[in-house]
Amino acid sequence: MAYIEQFEVWIPNDTAEGHEVQERIVGLLEQHGWPMRDAFGVRLALEEALVNAIKHGNRMDATKQVYISCKFAADEVSVVIEDQGEGFEVVEVPDPTEDDNLDKPGGRGIMLIRSFMTSVEYNDKGNRLSMTKRLVVGA
Amino acid sequence: MSAGNRRLDIEEIGDVTVAKFTDKKILDEGNIQIIGTQLFALIEDDGRQKIVLDFSNVEYLSSAALGKLITMDKKVKAAKGKLRLCHVRPDIYEVFAITKLNKLFDMKDNLEAALQGM
Repeated sequence: MAYIEQFEVWIPNDTAEGHEVQERIVGLLEQHGWPMRDAFGVRLALEEALVNAIKHGNRMDATKQVYISCKFAADEVSVVIEDQGEGFEVVEVPDPTEDDNLDKPGGRGIMLIRSFMTSVEYNDKGNRLSMTKRLVVGA
Repeated sequence: MSAGNRRLDIEEIGDVTVAKFTDKKILDEGNIQIIGTQLFALIEDDGRQKIVLDFSNVEYLSSAALGKLITMDKKVKAAKGKLRLCHVRPDIYEVFAITKLNKLFDMKDNLEAALQGM
């Protein structure tokens, strides 16, 4: 895979810092003419993943950091986000679309990430998310 | 409340309150908290019962924002009021559809349709 750009950063546990990285990655997609809908999906997935890492993973602990790596090719972007928290059991997250959960305010982030990205994987501990969006040719 | 913090443009049409989001992106945690406070005040402080939320300006919204809308819906129902959403663009509608919240909320294409039968 010929990457046009790749970088890795550690950011403080702060959503404003997360937004800067989000803008940097979505900016790459926009500069290279990615369709609006795909850029929308990647932005939303990044937002949800970073909020999860900062809020739920690192539990807003200002002494912790979040690691982000990004590899960007013309038709693919891969992002890894790792927090310094305890992790979680991905399978234990309840399905937010079940009738009993539909009116609960939380629990939709992971579902949106899975919907908008092409592949999504968590490590066993549950503190590192690897996600990729691939452009579908002719879509 | 200072104008700089105002996240909703409020308009009264008959007995219906139309609240239009002023932000393009409803993502930032602090911003979402402010929006939640201003939304809930429509019910809890002002006693408004018929509310239309206009999404014309909104290009992005995260699950945290959905959470505030769900809480708003509960408050409106508890007050025996009515809540409708309108002008939700297709990308955002997809977020509601994926999470099946299009079943929970009464969503209309435009303001005119939202006002009908309120």
